[in-house]
Amino acid sequence: MGKVIFAEDVCKGCGLCTTVCPVGIVVMDETRLNAQGYHPATVTDAEKCTGCGSCALICPDSVITVQRLVKEASRG
Amino acid sequence: MAKRILMKGNEAIAEAAIQGGCQYFFGYPITPQNEIPEYMSRELPKRGGTFLQAEAEFAAINMVYGAAACGARVMTSSSGPGISLKAEGISYLACAQLPCVIVNIMRGGPGLGDIAPAQQDYLQAVKGIGHGDFKMPVLAPASIQEACDLMLEAFDLADIYTNPVMLLGDGMIGQMMEPVEFKKPAPRPLPEKDWALTGKANHGGVRRMITSADIDPKVLEARNLVLAAKYREIEEKEIKFEEYKTEGAELIFVAYGTMSRIVKNTIKMLEGMDIRAGLIRPITLWPFPKEAIHARAQEAQVKAVMAVEMSLGQMVEDVQIATSGAKPVYFHGKAAGVIPQPREIIADVKKILGK
Amino acid sequence: MYTTVYAKSEGLVDIKLHYCPGCPHGIIHKLVAETLVELEVLDRTVGVGSVGCSAFSYNYFNCDMIGAAHGRAPAVATGCKRVNPKNVVFTYQGDGDLASIGTGDIVHAAHRGEKITVIFVNNAIYGMTGGQMAPTTLVGQKTTTSPYGRDEAHCGAPYRVSEMLATIPGAAFVERVSALSVPGIRKAKKAIKKAFQTQIDGLGFSIVEILSTCPTNWGMTPQEAITWSKDNLLPYYPLGCFRDPYQEGEKNA
Repeated sequence: MGKVIFAEDVCKGCGLCTTVCPVGIVVMDETRLNAQGYHPATVTDAEKCTGCGSCALICPDSVITVQRLVKEASRG
Repeated sequence: MAKRILMKGNEAIAEAAIQGGCQYFFGYPITPQNEIPEYMSRELPKRGGTFLQAEAEFAAINMVYGAAACGARVMTSSSGPGISLKAEGISYLACAQLPCVIVNIMRGGPGLGDIAPAQQDYLQAVKGIGHGDFKMPVLAPASIQEACDLMLEAFDLADIYTNPVMLLGDGMIGQMMEPVEFKKPAPRPLPEKDWALTGKANHGGVRRMITSADIDPKVLEARNLVLAAKYREIEEKEIKFEEYKTEGAELIFVAYGTMSRIVKNTIKMLEGMDIRAGLIRPITLWPFPKEAIHARAQEAQVKAVMAVEMSLGQMVEDVQIATSGAKPVYFHGKAAGVIPQPREIIADVKKILGK
Repeated sequence: MYTTVYAKSEGLVDIKLHYCPGCPHGIIHKLVAETLVELEVLDRTVGVGSVGCSAFSYNYFNCDMIGAAHGRAPAVATGCKRVNPKNVVFTYQGDGDLASIGTGDIVHAAHRGEKITVIFVNNAIYGMTGGQMAPTTLVGQKTTTSPYGRDEAHCGAPYRVSEMLATIPGAAFVERVSALSVPGIRKAKKAIKKAFQTQIDGLGFSIVEILSTCPTNWGMTPQEAITWSKDNLLPYYPLGCFRDPYQEGEKNA
């Protein structure tokens, strides 16, 4: 279970992140432009994110922060 | 207690550099300065310093650039063809405002030239050592003792102004042997090197950056103006020259380095012929003693100014600028390691003065 | 609860990169920055930039940085390392800088066993100046100065830097990797880490050659450029470790 946060205005719309998502949820948002004039990357179906980090790894501009759900250790 | 030692010029220059605080030497062999890297290779490791022979002169000057950026007292040495190879690196050092000392032991040129002493790198040193608008103090000793004195101060000069400094000798200065005494100069207050790249851990966790590039013209202009202000300060404070028998002289010679010694002998010979000549000997070629030359040229009894060089005329241009029309400027010189002789100079003087 | 598993490295200055969209320089910068942080050497690192698209690399690494003249970064790094041998010194160079004007410098730094780490980005073209031929440009590849395709009879075939440097005794660690895929990037980071460890352990000269792309001057999208790089650069510049001081029985000069 993962979560990705995009620093949208840093994105240059290169699209590399969209080529590596194993569950195919990273897309370029064609409906709008960011402050630099690019279509920023975003996710559809955020609940499908596995937190693998591939998109963040290949992003040249450190746009993406990845978080993963950490299960608490069970007591007793 | 300082004692006098008979030393070869190149070796004395190297020894003076070490005593002046040089801890790093990067250089490459070229005649007639080879004794400098050789001396450094023997002595620096013994005295806690580092010697490295680079693969070429342009590599050496870039090692100097890296070492200077890290706060070291560092130098290199070469001769004309090698100094040409260093031109880019010197421009970078000047633009980045990094201190270092560069020694040029001049030989005949242009091109590969010969290995005889000459003064054919004056314009290169003073006007054209590298691209862009910058200046570099150029120190021209006329004896090995003076070379030592200037070298002992050169690293301080470089640190005070965070600028490359050049010691310009010729093959004669490099190769002859004279008795020298290493006299420590009066200490000058030195600024802290609060720009040195020693690693963030050593300067409060804030990174430092050194570059010679500013892609925004306004930013580069600001840097240029800072450099220009620095050069004005050097011109006000660091001019060095000697006047020899200029009082009441009818002809003023201007000569530097080895040539000035021959001119002094010429002046004594002219005295015996009832011709009063004097010498203004620039010790700093930049900043050039313009005012001193102009002042003497304006004296009523002075009929002419003559630049004498071991070249076909380089410093004479600065003499013309300095004289600025007050009196006619003449030139006597020989190129390629052929040394002007007193009797040849005297023949010219007599013609000029109509004697 | 969520914990962050990937974020912008503190080894990078918090500013935007000027590189073209999809340029792997940004990826490689991250790998170097992360490595310096993870090895806990960032605060005693001095990096040497070069000339090319990498000319402004000195703005991005969050450590002491210096800009060098074209090709001269290994010499500048030598000066830095000799003054403070305990500091970690690296250069960041492209193929024009390292393999054209800088060929002498890199060979001699390796030959001296200079304890620096060289990050060499190979994209077979001159990016900054608008797409001219590089020493690493492939035969037949069209550039602005090889408009009919590089002609081997006219100007030779590209040379392989890693293989060449691996013949030098002082080159303790030499590896070629790629920044063209997620697995490739992960391997590249391992190599970069090993290269810096080689320096930290005082074992000699280390270099990582990283196959990259130039979407702008190759005239492709970033994704097309990656495909082209995989199809054309990889066969000519095989990935692999050519010198590894940590391999059993491996002797270092």
